[in-house]
Order: sequence, then structure tokens, then C-alpha cells
Amino acid sequence: MEKTSLPVIEVRHLDLNYDDHIVMRDLNFRINKGDIFIVMGGSGCGKSTLLKVLTGLKEPEKGEVLYDGKNFWEDESEQQKIMRRFGVLYQGGALWSSFTLGENVALPLQLYSKLSASQVRQMVELKLSLVGLGGYADFYPSEISGGMRKRASLARAIAFDPDIIFFDEPSAGLDPINARMLDDLILQLREVLGATIVVVTHELASIFAIGNNSVFFDAESKTMIASGNPKEILANSKDPKVIQFLTRGERQGAY
Amino acid sequence: MDQISFNYSSPNTLCIKISGDWRISSGLPATEEVISQVFSHNNIVEVNFNASGINKWDSGLVSFLFRLIRECQSRNVGVDLKELPEGVQKLLVLAFKVHEKTEIQAETSGSFLEKVTDKAIAANRSVLSLMNFLGDIAIAFGRLVTGRAYFRRDEFIVIVQKCGAEALPLVSLISILVGIILAFIGAIQLKMFGAQIFIADIVGIGMTRVMGAVMAGILMAGRTGASFAAELGIMQTNEEIDALKTLGVSPVEFLVMPRVLALVIMMPLLTLYADFMGILGGLIISTGVLGLNPVEYWHHTQSAVKLTNLWIGLTHGFVFGIIIAIAGCLRGIKCGRNAAAVGESTTSAVVEAIISIVIATAIITFICQILGV
Repeated sequence: MEKTSLPVIEVRHLDLNYDDHIVMRDLNFRINKGDIFIVMGGSGCGKSTLLKVLTGLKEPEKGEVLYDGKNFWEDESEQQKIMRRFGVLYQGGALWSSFTLGENVALPLQLYSKLSASQVRQMVELKLSLVGLGGYADFYPSEISGGMRKRASLARAIAFDPDIIFFDEPSAGLDPINARMLDDLILQLREVLGATIVVVTHELASIFAIGNNSVFFDAESKTMIASGNPKEILANSKDPKVIQFLTRGERQGAY
Repeated sequence: MDQISFNYSSPNTLCIKISGDWRISSGLPATEEVISQVFSHNNIVEVNFNASGINKWDSGLVSFLFRLIRECQSRNVGVDLKELPEGVQKLLVLAFKVHEKTEIQAETSGSFLEKVTDKAIAANRSVLSLMNFLGDIAIAFGRLVTGRAYFRRDEFIVIVQKCGAEALPLVSLISILVGIILAFIGAIQLKMFGAQIFIADIVGIGMTRVMGAVMAGILMAGRTGASFAAELGIMQTNEEIDALKTLGVSPVEFLVMPRVLALVIMMPLLTLYADFMGILGGLIISTGVLGLNPVEYWHHTQSAVKLTNLWIGLTHGFVFGIIIAIAGCLRGIKCGRNAAAVGESTTSAVVEAIISIVIATAIITFICQILGV
């Protein structure tokens, strides 16, 4: 199937550091086109650091990140080009607070497209409607609720029809209904945009609902101890740590 | 101490009897005292408890036991928890469970040499980051001049208004007061020679050459420099700056450039305004209190204040604008991701700006001295 084609993202022998200490060693995985790839693991195991390395915010300590076979951290102009294909949803939304929602969504379009002002407005209205915020373009981030902020931030992330979307703890701070809605949106986006999606989360419901591929980070051994479809990992893994995590500690040890 | 008593069940085993109320609100025995009593006998091998007389307890009891057990562990004395209430035992087990990884250790205080080396490396890093930042600003400026930078005019105008027009009341107040102070200080000496009219010269030259710019600079460092640092610091905390970076937008171009530009334009104008207000303050005191003729005062000011003085003052203002904006924006951009870090970066933005203003004033004065202006 996908095996013959080049993976969208490939991570090779990657070491992650936080300040002066290494948090993860020798990470190796591939993310194929159309995957909803989950990065899971306990708090403080380096999931968010990985996201920073993947999105160009932090140079890795060691190892390579390849996008369609091109080394991401080697050539800066290439990196900038690859970054244009990204959409990122940050944990807290990270909407620019001095901009209205419309301006937030419009900025990527104004920067990198040749659309006219009215076309940009039209696009903004569409993207905001896609996340259920049609008509909110003139609101400031401080005037809307946390769940709405997150959705607006998603509208910004998909403003430029990215082919890779990163989500950092998408359901953090959301009530179960809003979290579920966001999961549904992620699934729809993959379908509509054909995007590859990378989600950093430890929300079990989301992991099983949307993920079709994953890696599991273990803070203690400082490396990934499982990978593959989360449901299959749960069914087949013999590793007590993985099972404990995926069952909220209700089932300890291997079967 | 009725909450606690000791007896020896065997020569080497101490039984600690705990009774009564052990609640934070009702007070707890001094742990240090109890520990010193427990270990006053050197031959203790084991400690156990009798909690049958205990009435009500909360985490006060647990914290006391936690401290006591740690002390026992460090002295290799065995502890038997069996007789304690079940809840206490559970909490103690939870508290003693090691969660943190051993790798993440608190900073240990090294030798003198290590400390010096660390400081030197940190100083080197901060100089490098300042140089990088200045380089980024230069690049952003180049892009702006060539029309390739993303520049939001509306936001720029808002920043100009915030650091210009909105600062006027404060600058007025302080400048008038400084003018008044200069006039009074001058009057004390000049009265002895009957040359009070030269107050106009002192106030005029003092304000236009240095004081107007310095006062405006210090005010703006506290007002606008701090607000730049806090604003960008919070943007850093909220990942807003990360969001710009992943979009391929340089935060320096997008956030720093308009702020630097706004302050660099507004500072000389504020300086000019402060000069005028200072002279006005001097005039009010000289005519109102010291009884000088206002027309004569005005003429004296006109003849004393040369255009050179004004230019020197404006140069001060321009340089201070750069210093304040850069200190504020650099501290904001380099801010850590928590509330305390925002506070720290705001403080250092103001402190660094004020120190730099004083140093810059000294350097400009020295250069003027050499040039003979």
C-alpha cells in the first residue's frame, strides 16, 4: 500500500533535549500520507518537545527529520518552504491577541497567497464556518470562550489548506462534548483536505477515536516503547507500562 | 506536650504514643523538638507508634510523621507504621513513592571555579543573544526599507499613540517639576551675586541639552519599555510567538520592528516636549516666586539655548528610544513561559534600559566634550 511511497514525515535516530538533559533517545518512526498519527506518553516525556522539533521551533540534539525525503534541519530555505505546508494548533490556541479572529485567520493568506482582500475575507469566513464560528470574524480572542478559541485557532491552522497539521493536546481544557467535536473535526479535515495529521495527546478517548498510527514514549527508559495502531497496541502489547497507560492503570501488567 | 509521649517497649525500641487532636487548625507540636528528644538516646534501633488515643487528624499529622520518618531513615533507624491509622499509612506510602526521575537534579552549588565558569558562559550567551537580536533587527529594518517586510500600519499607529500621545501627561508633570527644581537650585547660588536672571540659562540649557531627554527616557523606560516586555513576554507564554515562527514570520519583523520604530520616532518628539515643559516650569517659578520679568526671562532663554544644545538633546532622545525599545522587546522575546518569568523580564527590561540610559548619557556627554560642543 503506502509502503512503496515515501513517508510524509520520517524521523531517524532523533534525540530530544530539554535544556541540558536528554529526554528521549533514538526515536525512529515514519508517518504516511493521510495518517492520524498519535504521539502519546506520560507528562514530561518530551512529546511537546518533539512537536517543536517537527515544526521548526527547536533544533534537535541529534538525528534527522525528513519531510518527503528532504532533510528538514539541514537547509534553512528548504525548511521555510516545508513550513509553509504546516498548520499548527497550539495547546492554548495561541491566537494573536491583538488581532480579531478574522485577522488571525487572514494573516497566513495575506502573507503567502495572491488573493485579493475580498477573496481573503471570503476564505476567512469559510474557514471560520468550517469550525462553527461563522460570523465571529470581528471578535477578539479575549471575547470568546476557551473552546471557541481552540476552534478559531484550528481555523487559522487550516487557513492555507495545509497538508500536514500538528495538534498539541487538542482536548486540553475542553469539556467532553467540545473535545469530541474537535476529534470529529480532525477526522473530517483529514477526509476533506487529505491532510496528514500529527496529534500529541494523552487523552485516551481521542487516541482510540481518531488515531490510526502512533508512538508511545516512555519517560523512564527515555525512548519509544511501542508503535502502530493504538487499538492494536492495546490488544497485542505485552509491555506493562503501555497497557497501564492505555487502560488508565485499570489493567496492570500483561495478559 | 500532651499530643505525644515516649516509652521504651524494649531497650532499643522506642514507642511513640500519639493522642488527641492532630489538625493544622488546632496546632502541632514542634517537630524539631520531638526529633531531638527521640534521638537523644543513641541506641535506638527501631521506632514504632501507638495511635490508639488519637482523636481527629489531617495532613498536619502526616507532615509531622513524614519529617520524622525521613530523619529515622537518614539515621538508619527502622520505622514500624503498622499501628498508625490506615489513612495515614496510605498517605505516607504515597508521599514516599519516588516520582521524579533522578536525572533532573536541583542545581548543586559547585566550587568557586565552577560558579565563575558558569557565570562567564551565561554572560557570553547573553552577549551573543543580544548580538543576534540586533542582527535580526538590522535585517528586519533592511526588509522594511526595501518594502519586503510585513508591516501592519494600523497596529503601528496604535503603538505610536501608546508610546507618544498617551505619555504626554506624565512627561508634562515630571518635566515641569524638573524645571522648577532646576530653577530653585539655581536661585540659591545666583541670588548671592544678584544674577537671578541667569536661572533662565541654567534651566534652558539644562533641560534642552540633557535633562529633558533623560527624564523622558527614564519615564518611557518605566512606562513603555515595561509594557513592551510584558506584552511580548505574555505572547511568548501563550505560544503566540511560536505560532508566528511556524508560519515563517519573523517575530522581530512582525512585533519588534514596529515597536522600535515607534519609540525611535516618538522619543525625540517627547524630548522636545519635555524641554519646553521644563523651561515653562522654570519660567513659572522665576516669575511667580523669584519675581523676575517674564519677557526678560524668555529673551535670556532664547539667547542661551543654542541650536547645538537642542540637537544634542534630540540625539539623546533618539539613542534612548533605541535603548528602551530594544531592552523591552529583547526581554519580552526571551521571556520564559510562566507568570514569574514575565515579571522578571519586565523588571530587567526597565533596569537595563535605565542603566543603559545613564551610560549612554555619560558617553554622549564625553563625546560632546571632546568635540567641544
